[in-house]
Amino acid sequence: MITKIKILGILIGIFASHQLLEAKQIGSETQLDWFVQAERFLRMDDPSIQRVIVGCLIMGVSCGLIGSYVVTRRLSLFGDTLSHAILPGIAVGFIWSGTKDNYSIFVGAMIAGFLGVSCLSVLKKFTKINGDSSLGIVLSAFYAFGICLLTRIQKVGYSDQAGLDSFMFGQISSFSTQDLCGQFFTLLLIGLFIFFNYRQLLVSGFDFQFSRSIGIPSELLQYGLWILISFCVISSLQMVGVILVSAMLVIPAATASLISKRMNTYLTLASILGAIAGFVGAFLSFLGKNLPTGPLIVLVAGSFFALVLFLQPQKGILFQWLRLRSENSRIAIENTLKAAFQILESRDFQETEISSQEMMRKRGLSSAEVQRETLNLINAGLATKSTLFTEDTQLLPQTNLTLTPKGWEYSCKIVRNHRLWELYLTNEAEYEPDHVHEDAEKIEHVIGEKTVRKLEKLLKNPRTDPHGKLIPSMTDIQQGHFSLKS
Amino acid sequence: MRDYSLPIEIHDLTVSYQKRPVLYGVDLEIEEGSLVGVLGPNGAGKSTLIKTVMNMIKPNGGYVKIFGKSPKEGIKRIGYIPQRESIDWDFPVTVFDVVLMGRYGHHRWLGRIGKEDRRKANECLEQVSMLPYADRPIGNLSGGQQQRVFLARALAQESAVYLMDEPFAGVDAVTEKAIVSILQGMKNQGKTLVVVHHDLSSAKEYFDQLLLLNMRKVAFGPIAEVYTHELLQKTYGGKLTVLSEMATETARNSHA
Repeated sequence: MITKIKILGILIGIFASHQLLEAKQIGSETQLDWFVQAERFLRMDDPSIQRVIVGCLIMGVSCGLIGSYVVTRRLSLFGDTLSHAILPGIAVGFIWSGTKDNYSIFVGAMIAGFLGVSCLSVLKKFTKINGDSSLGIVLSAFYAFGICLLTRIQKVGYSDQAGLDSFMFGQISSFSTQDLCGQFFTLLLIGLFIFFNYRQLLVSGFDFQFSRSIGIPSELLQYGLWILISFCVISSLQMVGVILVSAMLVIPAATASLISKRMNTYLTLASILGAIAGFVGAFLSFLGKNLPTGPLIVLVAGSFFALVLFLQPQKGILFQWLRLRSENSRIAIENTLKAAFQILESRDFQETEISSQEMMRKRGLSSAEVQRETLNLINAGLATKSTLFTEDTQLLPQTNLTLTPKGWEYSCKIVRNHRLWELYLTNEAEYEPDHVHEDAEKIEHVIGEKTVRKLEKLLKNPRTDPHGKLIPSMTDIQQGHFSLKS
Repeated sequence: MRDYSLPIEIHDLTVSYQKRPVLYGVDLEIEEGSLVGVLGPNGAGKSTLIKTVMNMIKPNGGYVKIFGKSPKEGIKRIGYIPQRESIDWDFPVTVFDVVLMGRYGHHRWLGRIGKEDRRKANECLEQVSMLPYADRPIGNLSGGQQQRVFLARALAQESAVYLMDEPFAGVDAVTEKAIVSILQGMKNQGKTLVVVHHDLSSAKEYFDQLLLLNMRKVAFGPIAEVYTHELLQKTYGGKLTVLSEMATETARNSHA
């Protein structure tokens, strides 16, 4: 995911440098630099720009909406196959009309899509080939055929074949009002379909058998969805091209799936994300002239996905990393406190100060590490530091650590957790006394007060652990029966 | 004399899956207010029987009648709990959404789901003690909790007849007991329940009547009459495998 962001960064860098060169070349016409271009786009007074912006927004919303159904119903690969299968239809439609006539191309694409789906059902019915394999077969066969036809068209040299490339990679420069109407029509159809069948789609997607049992014609709904997916794919071709159109179906919806737990938020989020991706992608491609729109829109959508994956609450990678970090620092503090307790215990609690040398020995750490741990304790208000200057100037001043009452209580608790758990393992789970230490090292940090109460009750408020050492009890700690001399 | 108010009446039902016969000439008449367990080995056609009654599979012969009507008309009076495997647990729905689905059948295509439906859904969730989980995504629950939610959905359907396909699959012992007591309660309200079950020993305690099925109806009747060594042997023993082998053979020949 992070690499995706990096790639985006690099791409933006490339546009920037590309623009500089470009600006020199076309300097004689209008001195267009990056910011002027951006301003021109954002002011939107050019009708072609208006058209593109509206088109991108509409496409994003349509793809997000229908994509939500593609993703929740696991039709991603199906969408991909469909988008590739319509390519020969586009070529045939073009040959039929001789120009880039939207109507005949649309009809051709629909027929090709229908043939592709028919091939799929034939394969399913008469062979034992897996679903994903047959999708792969149909996808590549139709696509290969489509490329052959397109190459043929370009070789023969039809009068108006310039726009045909845009079907492969998407190019907004050749985006016409007619295309826009097609997109609007598609969005309208999708919107109406979802509006009138929302509940039925919900139940048939979640529990197909049940939906049929309450009399919903779920197969019909499924066919309706397929047709709308084809509509959406065909009308989005101008923007993102055959190869990447399925990404627009999948990525915004998959991003929404990371955060939404209900279908209505799913649909809303997916369509908003799709629209933003369309807009930003078109903007970037406008800045970097001659760069294909499709890949940029998809890259923007991909970056959103990466961002959400990284930043989402609870499950996000950033969140988990932060939690792990705070967890680790807590464990480090608790380990230091435990070591402090053990040092004090070894002197029968007669002294309160702990030297850093003792700490180094006990924890098996370097002086720098111990210093850092000491600092953490002090920052958390669990200990204070006093520095002793010895008379011998050759030696470094000695730092001593004293636990605050809060730190003392905390350290008692950790030691209690550890020893209580050891006792529990030996008494109840019948571990050997020399097997329990490792486990207790982990459990002492995660065991909650509730479990501690339970263990105390279970073990009848024990005073000593399996190794004969004292288990400080909570009442002792709080009532001061067991405290440090200060 | 035929009583036309029978909830489920099955006559000489034969069903095939991809030309392979799964059920042979099954006759069955289920009285109102009975709690029937359907038992039989794997591939005995238990689910097929349920699905045929639900009008999801078209029979090759014979007929199903629900309250004297064709399944297509009668289907609205039947509540259904499908097998766990057929459900998409990752789907973005909350527990409450799922229970509300039980109310869909009561409305026309565009009819509004109203306050009354929500109240009912809440009530049913309460009944299976799952109300605190109402806003959780269904995929976050344990198997037993999910099954309770499905029971709540069935309750929300307020049907006269219920068909349940392995409601005890993947369920812990506590939930199993809870489900059984709810089923008993439903029966006492006069509902008719047909439950596919996989555990022989508990079947004796859970149900009043048993249907022993292995492609054929082996036996159907009160527990005391049907739960005999001889009949169980006949259902689970090897004798009926010849039938199954012949069925496979038939399917192979018809392909050629």
